[in-house]
Amino acid sequence: MLGITGFGAYIPQLRLPRSAIVNANVWANPSIAHLSTGERSMANWDEDSITMAVEAARNCLHNIDRDHVKKVSFASTTFPFVDRLNSGVVSSALNLPNDSHSADLTGSLKAGTSSLISALESTMKDSKDLHLCIAAEKRLARAGSLQELSFGDGAAALTLGNSSNNVILAELIGHHSITDDFVDHYRAQGNKFSYYWEERWIKEEGYLKLIPESINRLLENCSVKANQIDHLIVPLSSRGVPQRIASATDISPEIISDNLWNDCGDTGTAHPLIMLASELEKAKPEKKILVCGFGQGADTILLQTTKAISDFQSRQSLSDSLTNRREENNYLKFLTFNGLLEVERGMRAEQDKQTALSALYRNKDMLLGFIGGHCQKCGTSQIPKTRICVNPNCGAHNSQTDERFSDKKANVMSWTADQLAYSIDPPAHYGMVEFEGGGRLMVDFTDVNTDEMETNMPVRMVFRIKDIDEQRGFVRYFWKASPYK
Amino acid sequence: MANGIKDKVAILGMGCAKFGERYNSDAEDLMVEAFEECIKDANIDVSEIQAAWGSTTFDEMGVGKSAIPYSQALRLPNIPVTRVENYCASGSEAFRGAAYAVASGACDIALAIGVEKLKDTGFGGLPNMNPGPLNSQWWANITAPGGFAQLASAYRAKFGIGKDDFKKAIAHVSVKSHANGALNDKAHLRRPITEDDALNAPIIAEPLGLYDCCGVSDGAACAILTTPEIAKSLGKNPLITIKALQIAASNGTEASYNQWDGSHFLTTRVASQRAYDEAGVKNPREDLSLIEVHDCFSVTELVTMEDLHISSEGNAPNDIRDGFYDSDGSIPCQIDGGLKCFGHPIGASGIRMIYEMYLQLLGKAAERQRDKVDLCLTHNLGGFPHENVAAVCIVGRYD
Repeated sequence: MLGITGFGAYIPQLRLPRSAIVNANVWANPSIAHLSTGERSMANWDEDSITMAVEAARNCLHNIDRDHVKKVSFASTTFPFVDRLNSGVVSSALNLPNDSHSADLTGSLKAGTSSLISALESTMKDSKDLHLCIAAEKRLARAGSLQELSFGDGAAALTLGNSSNNVILAELIGHHSITDDFVDHYRAQGNKFSYYWEERWIKEEGYLKLIPESINRLLENCSVKANQIDHLIVPLSSRGVPQRIASATDISPEIISDNLWNDCGDTGTAHPLIMLASELEKAKPEKKILVCGFGQGADTILLQTTKAISDFQSRQSLSDSLTNRREENNYLKFLTFNGLLEVERGMRAEQDKQTALSALYRNKDMLLGFIGGHCQKCGTSQIPKTRICVNPNCGAHNSQTDERFSDKKANVMSWTADQLAYSIDPPAHYGMVEFEGGGRLMVDFTDVNTDEMETNMPVRMVFRIKDIDEQRGFVRYFWKASPYK
Repeated sequence: MANGIKDKVAILGMGCAKFGERYNSDAEDLMVEAFEECIKDANIDVSEIQAAWGSTTFDEMGVGKSAIPYSQALRLPNIPVTRVENYCASGSEAFRGAAYAVASGACDIALAIGVEKLKDTGFGGLPNMNPGPLNSQWWANITAPGGFAQLASAYRAKFGIGKDDFKKAIAHVSVKSHANGALNDKAHLRRPITEDDALNAPIIAEPLGLYDCCGVSDGAACAILTTPEIAKSLGKNPLITIKALQIAASNGTEASYNQWDGSHFLTTRVASQRAYDEAGVKNPREDLSLIEVHDCFSVTELVTMEDLHISSEGNAPNDIRDGFYDSDGSIPCQIDGGLKCFGHPIGASGIRMIYEMYLQLLGKAAERQRDKVDLCLTHNLGGFPHENVAAVCIVGRYD
C-alpha cells in the first residue's frame, strides 16, 4: 500500500482583510465592490515560498525520523531562485540527510498535485524511504486586481511512503491526469504578474470541461462510484465552479471541501495540498478524498484514509495556523512588503548586502540548518558551534558534536524595538534568547508587535529571509525568534 | 605577578579639538587642532616624539587605514606609528600603546592620538558597519542604540523596576550631562534639557529616546606621555601620572554561555577591579574624585555605576536620582558633558575622557572645575553589552 504518512500546512500569520484592498481600489475598479468578504493570508516581508515550505515541512515532519526522508520535491510557480535548487535550501534548513534527491517542480498551478502524483509513483516498495512533497506559493498581483483579492500565501507538505515500513494515513487508490495547453493565464520569464484571459471562458471551457473529464476517468479507472466519494477538493475560488463540477460528475455538492476563501484565499500550487491537509486533519477513517489540480490540464487523485488517521498530530495544525492570525489593515504595508510600492527607506537601506557564497557554504549547517554544538566533555550546548567550548570552566578543544537548535524552545532574555536600524517593517525587534537545555543567541524577532515583547517571553525559531541583496538578486536566509503561543 | 604601570608614566601634554558636526574640517584638521594644543602644552618639539599610536574605528570614513594618516597629518619624524582599533574603546587602546612604550623603557616620549570623522555619511547616527562575510549572514539587525537598550529590559527584569521609574532614572543621567556640557565650549551639544524633554523624546530603540543617546561627532584628542623623571626635568609641575590602565575583552561567554544576565558589563567589572588593584584603590566610592564613563547611552552610564563598584547592585537608579553623580554630588560623572554632550568621535573618546581628568587635576577646567580633585577614573567601552572591550584608566597627581 502506498500513501500519505504525514502532513502539515502553514499559513502566514498576517491577514489582510479583503475590505482593505477593496476600500483602497474600488474608486478605480467598481466591479470588486462585492469581494469585500473574508481575508487573504499575507506573507510577512521576510517570508517567501522557501520559508513557508520550510515551515509547512516542519509541521509535517514532527515525529517523523528525518533520516528516512530521501526524496524532496518542492512545487511552486514563485520560487525565489530560478537557478539555484530551491528544494536544496529547504532540505538544508530541515537538516535532511544529504544522500537524498531534491527537485523543484514548476510551470503550472497544478505542479502541487503533479508533484504528489510523481512522488506516489516513485515511492519504492519494501523501502523505509519517505518522499517529502511540498508546495508553497507567494504570488504577486497588480493593485486592485481580482488576483490580488483572491490570492493568498501559504504552503503544505506531505510525506509519502509504503506500508511495509510506514504507517499510512491515507492510501492512494488512483490518479489521473490530462495535459492540455489551455492557457487561462501565463507568466513569462522575468515578469512579475500573470496575464489572464476572460474569466467566463476559463470557467466554461477550462474548469468545467477538463476537471470533470479527469474525475470521471479516474472514478472509472478505480471502479469507484461518485456516491462513494466523501470529500471533494476543488482548489478554485471561482464562485459556483466546485458545485458545477460536482453536478457534472454526480458527486454530491454537500461534500465539497471549504476552499478557505474566507481564511486565506487561493494559495496556487499549494492550494490543493493545503485543502487536503485541512480535510485530513478532520477526516475519519475509511473516507475517500478526491483531490483536483488545474493548470494546462488537470490532475485528479483519489485517496482513502486509514484507521491511523485518527492518531496523527502535526506540530501545528492548519486550523491552528488559521487561528494564529494577526490582522493587518494597512494596505500600503501589503504593497510595500511585496515590493509594489516605492517607499522612502532612508540611506541606511543602501548598505551593501553581498553574500560571500563561499562563507555561506562553509557555514551552511549553522546558517541554513541552525546547527550548534554540544560539548562532549562538559555537556554545554552552544550556538554557534566553535572550536573551543564556551563554558569558562571547560574550554575543551574540538569537543563539540552537531546539535540541532531549530526545534528548541527559547525564552527572551533581553530585547529592544529599534527605530534606527533599517527594516522593511520597522521597528526592528531583536534580542538575546536562551534555549532550553543551554545555548543563547542574539537574534532578530519576527511576527511580533512591540507591545507584546517582554523578558522571559517564550519563543520558537523560524526560518526567514535575513536580507535581500537587490543589487545582485540574492536572498539571504537565517533563523529568527517568534513568539510561541 | 606584575606590578603594573602605576606612576611609571606621566602626562606631558594633552589637547582636544572642538567636537561636533565639523562639516568644514577633514580628519587632518581635527588631528592638527588637537595636536597643536597638545604639543604646546608638552612644550617639546615634534622631533622629540619617538613613537606614536593612532586610533580610528571607522577607517572607511575619511581617515583611512594604517598609521599613515596620523604620521602624514602631524608630519611625525619617520618614527614607528601604529594604528589601533577596538571599537569605541580605540582611544584608550592608543593611549595604552603609548603608555606601555614609555613604561617599558622602549622610548622616552610617545604620542597617542585618536580621531574620527563621522559626519560625512549623509545621515544621523553611526555609519553602518559591515561585520564581515560570515557575521553579516547571521548577526541580528543590531545597531548601537538597540544593542545597549537591551540592558534596560534585563536590568528592569532583574531588579523588578517599573518602566516609568527606570525611564526617570536614565532621564536624570541625560539631564545632568546636558547641564554639564552646557558649560564646556568644546562640547558638541550645549543646550540644557529638562526631565520632560528626555522623557518625551522620540524613541530610538525601546526604551531609549533621543536624549538617551550620545552625540555622533567629529573630533580628535591627543596625549604626549613620558616618564615622571623626564617630565620633571622638562619643568612639568604638578605631574599627572597614570595610576592604572586596564582593558578586558569579552571572550564569548556573555554571548553564548547561559550565565551572564544581560543587565551589566562583565568586562567593566573585571577591568575596573584590576585597575583598582593596580592603583591601590581600596574603596572607589570614597577614593575617587571624578569619573568620566562611556555614556554612549544613558542606560550604559546607569549600569556602569554598579560595574565600577561605586553603586551597589540594584542601587544605581537611586544614587543617580539622589544626585550622587551630579556636578555637585559626591562623585561627579561626565563633568565635561560626557559622550552625551561633549560628543563621541569614536576613536578620540577614550583620550578625550582622560583630557578632562587631566584638566581637572591641573585646575584648568574653567567653569567646570571641581574642588579637591585627587583621583580620577575614565571608563571607555567598545562593542555591545554581550560582546565588548572595556577600558579603565585611573589618573592622579604624582606625589
